[in-house]
Amino acid sequence: MGFYFIQFLTGLASASSLFLIAAGLSIIFGVTRILNFAHGSLYMLGAYISYWLLTTLSPGPIGFWLAVLLSATVVGLVGVIIEMGLLRRIYQSPELFQLIATFGVILIISDITRAIWGETDLVGPRAAGLSDAVTIFGHKLPEYDLAMIVLGPLVLGVIWLIFHRTRWGTLVRAATEDREMVGALGVNQAFLFTSVFFMGAFLAGLGGAAQIPKGGADLLMDLNVIAEAFVIVVVGGMGSILGAFLAAIIIGELNAFGILVFPQMTLVLMFAVMAIVLLIRPWGLLGRPETASRAPGEAPEPPLQRADKAVRSLFTATILLLLLVPLFSSDFIMVILIDIFIFVLFAVSLHFIMGPGGLVSFGHAAYYGLGAYASALLVHYLGTPMELALIAAPIVAAAGAFIFGWFSVRLSGVYFAMLTLAFAQITWSIVFQWGEFTYGDDGILNIWPSAWLSSKMAYYYFALILTLACVYVLRRTLFTPFGYITRAGRDSPLRADAIGINVQRQQWLAFIFAGAFAGLAGSIYVFSKGSVFPDQVAIPQSIDGLMMVLLGGVKTLTGPIVGAAMFTALTDWLSSNEVWFWRSILGAIILALVILFPQGIVGFVRDKFRPSEEGG
Amino acid sequence: MTVVLSANNLRKSFGGVKAVDDVSFEVEAGRLLAMIGPNGAGKTTCFNLLNGQLPPDGGSVELDGKELVGLTPREIWRLGVGRTFQITATFGSMTVLENVQMTLLSYHKQNVSITTMVSDLYVDEAMALLERVGMAEQAERACSILAYGDLKRVELAVALGNEPRLLLMDEPTAGMAPRERIELMQLTADIVRERNISVLFTEHDMDVVFGHADQVIVLNRGALIAQGKPEEVRNDVQVQEIYLGSGSTFAA
Repeated sequence: MGFYFIQFLTGLASASSLFLIAAGLSIIFGVTRILNFAHGSLYMLGAYISYWLLTTLSPGPIGFWLAVLLSATVVGLVGVIIEMGLLRRIYQSPELFQLIATFGVILIISDITRAIWGETDLVGPRAAGLSDAVTIFGHKLPEYDLAMIVLGPLVLGVIWLIFHRTRWGTLVRAATEDREMVGALGVNQAFLFTSVFFMGAFLAGLGGAAQIPKGGADLLMDLNVIAEAFVIVVVGGMGSILGAFLAAIIIGELNAFGILVFPQMTLVLMFAVMAIVLLIRPWGLLGRPETASRAPGEAPEPPLQRADKAVRSLFTATILLLLLVPLFSSDFIMVILIDIFIFVLFAVSLHFIMGPGGLVSFGHAAYYGLGAYASALLVHYLGTPMELALIAAPIVAAAGAFIFGWFSVRLSGVYFAMLTLAFAQITWSIVFQWGEFTYGDDGILNIWPSAWLSSKMAYYYFALILTLACVYVLRRTLFTPFGYITRAGRDSPLRADAIGINVQRQQWLAFIFAGAFAGLAGSIYVFSKGSVFPDQVAIPQSIDGLMMVLLGGVKTLTGPIVGAAMFTALTDWLSSNEVWFWRSILGAIILALVILFPQGIVGFVRDKFRPSEEGG
Repeated sequence: MTVVLSANNLRKSFGGVKAVDDVSFEVEAGRLLAMIGPNGAGKTTCFNLLNGQLPPDGGSVELDGKELVGLTPREIWRLGVGRTFQITATFGSMTVLENVQMTLLSYHKQNVSITTMVSDLYVDEAMALLERVGMAEQAERACSILAYGDLKRVELAVALGNEPRLLLMDEPTAGMAPRERIELMQLTADIVRERNISVLFTEHDMDVVFGHADQVIVLNRGALIAQGKPEEVRNDVQVQEIYLGSGSTFAA
């Protein structure tokens, strides 16, 4: 009994830390409608800064908490810099661009942190005055856990007071409910957004700083914690602070007790809970349906046109060049080009549901990974020939998309994105934790193609032809009824329904269709590298796909191809040459592209050279 | 006269509010029936009961004798009920022609075909519909750049794509200039008569109502308070009270 009580208290203590970061994320989203992917980086920054303060100053009990607050304030100011220096310039851009921008920020903060504090994980110093353990029902519990249990509700109370007793808080609540109306009433939105960003970043920093005596600091915490924070915000309801608090307790306890019941499935549990909550309450526990924006929507893309002569010749020339490459280039160039082919296929398949489908998936890596693992497992356990394993990949990926998609298309917008993310994370967790079957983090090795493709050159041509064929099929499909009707459902669900189109079913089929091609891309990848790791299913893989599509231009057909080629070439080149601060450079390039080309690169080129009718 | 649509004793409450209270009426083939009433009279709820968006608490809706209650909006559409919206809803990333092709593709159950190109499907049929509404010259233009009045015509062509028996038009002339209104309603009336289609429409513009409707029904607070020929309704004391009370001009 006592043991379970202790476990319960431990759950509460971790819930507090989760609540702090989730609350900040929720407030920022509520007011600015920005999904701040960099929120985990702010949390990490809070942890590192407080580590530095605490180890340099070794303060007493009061000093400890002052140091924690100081760290949070510094992080809050970093948030202000991000908001004023970057996000303010792109509030007018499509919402997803803001997300991509925050991803650029992640890369930069991660690099800076690495440069200052190094690669090694840091163990946090104990909190002065709270370094002992108390005994409850014969079991020991660190004193600091009690402090954390108090901290969560304390911060919740302070936020409540600020939101209900100050004019600023009233404005924040009003803006969360109806941002445009608040703007129409003449409130200074620039200040409101900046101050909200300060508060959100402060809370993230506080969360990171306060958990230092328990958890320490490492360079992976930014992405690890952001996934959990998203789960909590979504379960609680976007923009609801009390919801975030409840959800943090649920997830905290789930982790504390889940590890006793299903030690192999702790990671799956959290995302499974999120999926269930979203299916029963699509807006989270205490959230509300999003108010429809009254602002004129983004201008739709111009009607589809067959490629004109210039584009066709460009394509033909590129293909000819690619066919000639192996005759004069090194293996290294071919390796990079094969990577590019794979990502082009991945990005074009993602574009199929993102662009014409209008569904922004944050978890497209799930289907890529399913294809990759399906092939690898077949070869490893059954000795299946490569050709068969390659055919199995899109089938398994489509089966996964069949199940996950059925649930996902019931939601839309941010909630669709979050549910697809949850399913991708569930897939990742299974791959990562089911070590006996998938070899977990060690990956599956020695998955090589058949003899006739064993040379780099042969595999190069194989990957090239397969990619060209798939991209052709995906592109052609957009001109057939399947593509058009899917786009009709995106353009106007109301009208589509009124002319007898089952929009959800159409989206579901598009999701499966796109998933199958992603699976094939995953399989081509496995046989090109000879191995597969859980990374292929992880969040960064999904985000990379999003960046390729958006940087290339989601409203164009060639955008994802150009985006994938550029992004892959850039990352491969920067990372393999160990360019100094390469992540920061990549992040900076992303930020520059986001600010300069809000329509994506190809979208920009098209607008420049082919002005549409009436300048629209 | 054949009855195309008959609504019998329709009822719908939201909490304690009787939004539609025991309403019965019939729409005859080749006729335009206007549904009027002040804001909050229950017109929109009534429409939603007819097209399957809302289930009624009681009553029945029959199309050519077939019960519609319990069917989804899509099933009702397939039986021959077309719709236009108060604020136009078209596919902005498509051309005028493609918008009409979508309704034909759906009607012919081609939604998941991946073999033929859309540019080879139902072009002549779509062009014929556009011809009828006077939009053939603009067939290749993007829908997103059309003038509002033209958009309304495209919607009409889209609504005609499933060879409907009945068109439900929610404030068909809202947001249009007075002259355009008359033109659009004249066009609608012509099409209705030549194809023997029926129309049920809601409208705030009394010129449109009295100029084009064959029959008028008046809702107030969920109840049907008057119905008949436009002249009869115009002279109804109760109707005049409601409209004068709400400040609308009712003079011919």
